[in-house]
Parts: sequence; structure tokens; C-alpha cells
Amino acid sequence: MQEVTQATMEFMKQYWAPLVCGLAIVAVLPLIVGYVVLVERKIMADMQARLGPMRVGPHGLLQPIADAVKLLIKEDIIPDDADKLVFWLAPVLSVGAALLAMAGLAIGPAFQIAQDINVGILFVVGVSAMGIFGIVLGGWASNSHYSLMGALRSSAQLVSYETAAGMALVCGLLFAGTLNVTSIVEAQRNQGIWFGLLAPVALFTYLVASIAETNRAPFDLPEAESELVAGYMTEFSGFRWSLYFLAEYTNMIVVASVATTLFLGGWLRPFSETRWLNFIDFFPPLLTAVIGVYCLMRTPKQPARVQQLFMLAVAGLCFAVAAVLASPVLVPIAKPSLAAAVRPFYAGIHGGFWFIFKVSAYIYFFMWLRFTLPRYRFDQLMRLGWHFLIPLSIINVLLIGIAMIVGVYYHLNGWRLLLATLPASIMALIIALFILALDQKGEAQKAPSRAPDSYA
Amino acid sequence: MLPIGHYLFLGLALFIIGAIGVVTRRNVIVILMSIELILNAVNINLVAFSRLYGDVAGQVFALFIIADAAAEAAVGLGIIIAFFRNRETVLEDEMDLLKW
Amino acid sequence: MLDQAIFYLFAGVAVVSAILTVTRRNAVHSAIFLITALLATAGIFLELRAEFLFIVQIILYVGGIMVLFVFVIMLVNLDVAVRQLQFARQKWVGLLISLALAAQVGLMLWSSRKIPGQGVPVLNAVPADKLPPNSEEVAKSLFSSYLLPFEIASVLLLVAMIGAVVMAKKRT
Repeated sequence: MQEVTQATMEFMKQYWAPLVCGLAIVAVLPLIVGYVVLVERKIMADMQARLGPMRVGPHGLLQPIADAVKLLIKEDIIPDDADKLVFWLAPVLSVGAALLAMAGLAIGPAFQIAQDINVGILFVVGVSAMGIFGIVLGGWASNSHYSLMGALRSSAQLVSYETAAGMALVCGLLFAGTLNVTSIVEAQRNQGIWFGLLAPVALFTYLVASIAETNRAPFDLPEAESELVAGYMTEFSGFRWSLYFLAEYTNMIVVASVATTLFLGGWLRPFSETRWLNFIDFFPPLLTAVIGVYCLMRTPKQPARVQQLFMLAVAGLCFAVAAVLASPVLVPIAKPSLAAAVRPFYAGIHGGFWFIFKVSAYIYFFMWLRFTLPRYRFDQLMRLGWHFLIPLSIINVLLIGIAMIVGVYYHLNGWRLLLATLPASIMALIIALFILALDQKGEAQKAPSRAPDSYA
Repeated sequence: MLPIGHYLFLGLALFIIGAIGVVTRRNVIVILMSIELILNAVNINLVAFSRLYGDVAGQVFALFIIADAAAEAAVGLGIIIAFFRNRETVLEDEMDLLKW
Repeated sequence: MLDQAIFYLFAGVAVVSAILTVTRRNAVHSAIFLITALLATAGIFLELRAEFLFIVQIILYVGGIMVLFVFVIMLVNLDVAVRQLQFARQKWVGLLISLALAAQVGLMLWSSRKIPGQGVPVLNAVPADKLPPNSEEVAKSLFSSYLLPFEIASVLLLVAMIGAVVMAKKRT
């Protein structure tokens, strides 16, 4: 017995920090997801020239909490013919996989739960791919035709686009030469250029494939409400439904983080090694301060006293964050003797800011696409995946590999490596478009009027 | 790591369970799944010995076995779909025709 | 101590879910338990410090092969199949022979555990913190000593892919 307690103590002593961080992520993530949803609704409203949620809290700032309460007190319905065990398991599996994938991500040089995993980015990708079981099993367990169709569509879609996404990742990994998340970002710092610029086609492929993998519009066929009600989520209600919802948005954050780490320089500031551009360091505190000032300006316009106070509190929070972000930049200017002491804080705080900023930009792009493009048809989706993206990504890997050999041969590195990789990317794009054109020509020659096969 | 015997017994247990599944079940899909279990048991042994001798070759073999399992599953499931389309069943003792 | 706890946890999960895999009536439940068994095996790989194999197991086996299985089970989803007899006629003979095999191999392992130089080796493994980084080692081995098998495996996968497409194609 004593041995067991001793071992437990030793385990806790070694791993208490990751455990606490993991608990914090699991506890805070639903809130973050709620606010991502609020932001999405606000952006949607903005693009459609209306206001969006305005009632709960100033500018609808408390809407996510109201939504969460609504979802929690809704009736929990399990269909009679459902497979009870699987019905219970599926949403949990979905959200569990998404949350587990977060463990491998590095938000800053020091913020990583599972540190120094040898297989880093593969862990994130592999574990988040397991979420597909939540969707497929959920669709099967509800014993409804709409759900099953949605689940089948979803699994076909995920499997097809996983290939393209994997090949795009291979491109970035070729440049990095390692799977470890921290080392990948360090490699980009050493190169002085983000891998997304070196391999723009890979970034594009990953972008499209990641939209398809997270089942977002315009690829949200599994939950196309005009065809399938809500796809695999049709029979789920209340808390279970919100788990699926949480999983979807967590997956968005995960794919955005993977793209940020591999293609957009992770926690590095733009031009992080160029000294005369160091004034970019003032951007994060200025941005948050401007948001705070805007909140202050809006405060007198709020109708109720509570709302005014709440707005003030938000402004105060923004100023506090601005102060924290400004301190590592301003302290070395005011007191050069403290510069060395502040340096690690700079990496952590500003790294975290830039990482979250890039992830938000990526997610903003997702939302932008969602409100702009109409939904694809299923056979169009499959054709885009198999006839364009997969050939494109494979050819791209091949040509980027050749470009890297050329780069090694002529001792190109940093920005000069673009000389080799840019022609390769353009060539890959041309070849893939050529294949697509050939393919469409072949299609046109075949029987012209054929009903689209929804399982094609 | 623990003494190698632990891993060997675990591998043996999984192997035998898989073998029992192969010889007793009627559903072909479950039989294929049992074969996956058997392959998995072999992988455990290979990786355990690789760790014991500090030689990575065992893990490479395990990788080949996984690739092989993928090939086997793809072809096997293709056969099952073709069979199901013709005979409307997935039970192995009803696969009693050489040609249809 | 930690190693031991992890091993027994994963081994227990693997064996129990393997038994459930071969005994469940519903093929989807079988698949779920097989996924659990495969994940537990992945945990054992991790305990053996084979990180690359751990993630390959998760991506390929769980994320690839098992999705294929579940997909096919749903395509051929027969409520009839669940109600039919699940075990073949030779089940008792098969069970007996399998258990005999288990007893034979188990006895062999058990009886040879103490004889030096024979049967189960009793040497000590390299300590975990002295191991070289795993995926690099696997890659080196794969692309130098085992290059030919690697290429053959890729040809095998290509053949399997063509075979699967031909098999599953609709006859028109």
C-alpha cells in the first residue's frame, strides 16, 4: 500500500503541471467555444448588414452563457430504438478526441501540456482524426435514416480529405525535418521564413482539407439541413448535442493550431529575426488598448446601469491585458538593466498572443468562407477531393522534395529558398489543373445526363 | 519495461482470443476483425523484443505488419461488399458456391 | 512501479475488449471493442517507448482500417444478421483446439522462464532515458536496411488498392 502511495506521489510530483493545465483547458474550453460562436454570429450579422445578438449583456456579450444554460436544462431525449450504449458513447468520443488533441499543441515556447513528444504533430493529427468515430457511431446509433446518411457521408468525406491534409503536412514536415512541435517552430525561426510562404500550395491544400475535415460550410454536407435535417446530429438534443457542437468548434481550433504551427510560424512574430522591424512588438499591446478604448466609448450608450458596469469591466480587462503585453517591451527601454530578466516573459507572453492571433485569423477565414460560399453537392465534393486536391498535394510533395534537393545543392536557405520552391508550387498547380481539365473532358464525352450518385 | 514474459503472455492471450474468433464466428466481418487481433498480438511481441534488445528492427517489422493489415482489410472488405451485393448475406458458411 | 501499473491497465483493457470483440452479437459493438483493444495496444507500445509505432497504430489502425470496417458494417447493415446464429457449427471443436494451443504455448513459456540461454531471455533492457529518439531511428532503419521490403510493401498496398476497387465496383 505504501509503495502505491509513494509511486502516486512521485507521479504527481513529476506531472502536476501538465495535469493542472489539462484540467484548465477542459474547464475553460467550453467558454472559449461559446465566445467563438458569439463572434461567429456577430461576423455573420455584420456580413449580412444586421446587428446579431444584442439583448443578453452589452452587445450580446453574455449570450454564450445564456445559450449554455438553455442547452443544459433542455430535455434529454433518447430514441426508443436507439442503441443506448453507443448513443451515450458517441458524443463523448467526439469531444474526447478533440480535447485530447489539444494536449499536443504548443501555444508558446513553454505552454505545452504533453511536452517533447517525439511524434508531436502526428499525435495531434492522429488523435483528432479519431473524432470521426463519434460522428459515425452517433449516426448509426440513433437508428434513423437521416442520421445514417449523414454519418456515411461524413466518414467518406473525412477519409477522402484526410489524405490531402496528410500530404500537405508532409510538405511542411519536409522543411522542418522533425515532428516535434517546438522544433518545428524553431526551424521556422532558423530559416527566417514561414513554411506557408515556402509552400503556398501545401497551405492552400491544408486549408481546404481542414474545412472539409471539420465539416464546415461550404463542405458541411453531413449536416446539410436542406437535405438531411441535421445529419448525424438529428436525434441528439440538449447536452449531447452541445457536446457535438463543442467537438466541432474544438476541432476547428485544433486544425487552425496545426496550420499555425506548421505553416504560419507558430508563436513567432512576423519577421521575428529582423531587428529593424522590432516595432511590430508594439502591435499587441496597442491592439488590446484600442479595443479597451472602444469599450470605454461605448459605455455611456448602454441602456442599463448593470450593462454600463459590465462594459467598464470589459474595458478594464482589455487594459490589463495591454499592460501585461506592454511590460516586456517597455521595461527594457525604461531600465536596460532589467532587459535580460524580462526576456523569457517576452517569449511566453507575446508568443501566446501571436499564436492566438494567428489561430483567430485562420478561424475568421473559415467563417468568412462559410458566409460567402454556397454548399457543394456531394459528388462535387468528392470530385474536388479525389480529382483535384489529392493529385495536387501528391505532385506538390514530389516537386517540393526536388526543390529542396536543388536548394541543398545551391546552398539556398531562408528567403532564397523561395527561388526553388515557388516554381515547384506553380508547376504543381499547373499539373493538377491540367489533370482536372483532362478529367472533365473525359466526363463530358461519357453519357452526358446521369443522375448524380450520392455515394460516388 | 517489465520482464519480457509479461508481453509474451499478453500477446499469447490476444492471439488465442483472435484465433477463437476466427474459428467460431459466422459473420465474416467479425472474422476479419479477429484476424486484426491476431496481427496485433504479433506486433506486441515484435515491439517487446525490439525494446529488449535495443534494436529498432522489430518496430520496422511491426510497421510492415500494419501495412499488410491495411492491405488485407481493404481487399477483404471489398470481397465482402461484392459478396453481399450478390448473396445478401455476410455469413461465411453460406459462402458455398465456387462461382455465381 | 508506474510502468507496471500502466502495463497491467492496458493489458487488462486489451484482453477484456478482445474477448468482447469476438463474443458480441452486433458487429458494430464488436468494432467498438476492437477499437478499444487496438488503443490499449497502442498504450502498450508507448509503454515500450515505441512512440512512432504508437501513433502509426492510432492513425492507420484506428483512424484508417477501423473506419473502413465501420463503414462497411453500415453498408451491409442487416438487422437479420444480428438475429441469426452467431457461432459456427464447429465452435466447440475450434474452441477446444484453440485452448489446447494456448495451453501448449503458455506451458512452454512458463516452464522455460528460468532456464538461462533457452526460451524466454532474461537480460535487462536499455533504460528508457538512454534510448535514441524513436521516429528518427525507425526512419533510418526503414530507409537503409529495409529499403527493399519498404518498396515491396508499397507495391503490395498498390495491388491491394486496385484489388479493392475492382472487387467493390458495381458490375455494369
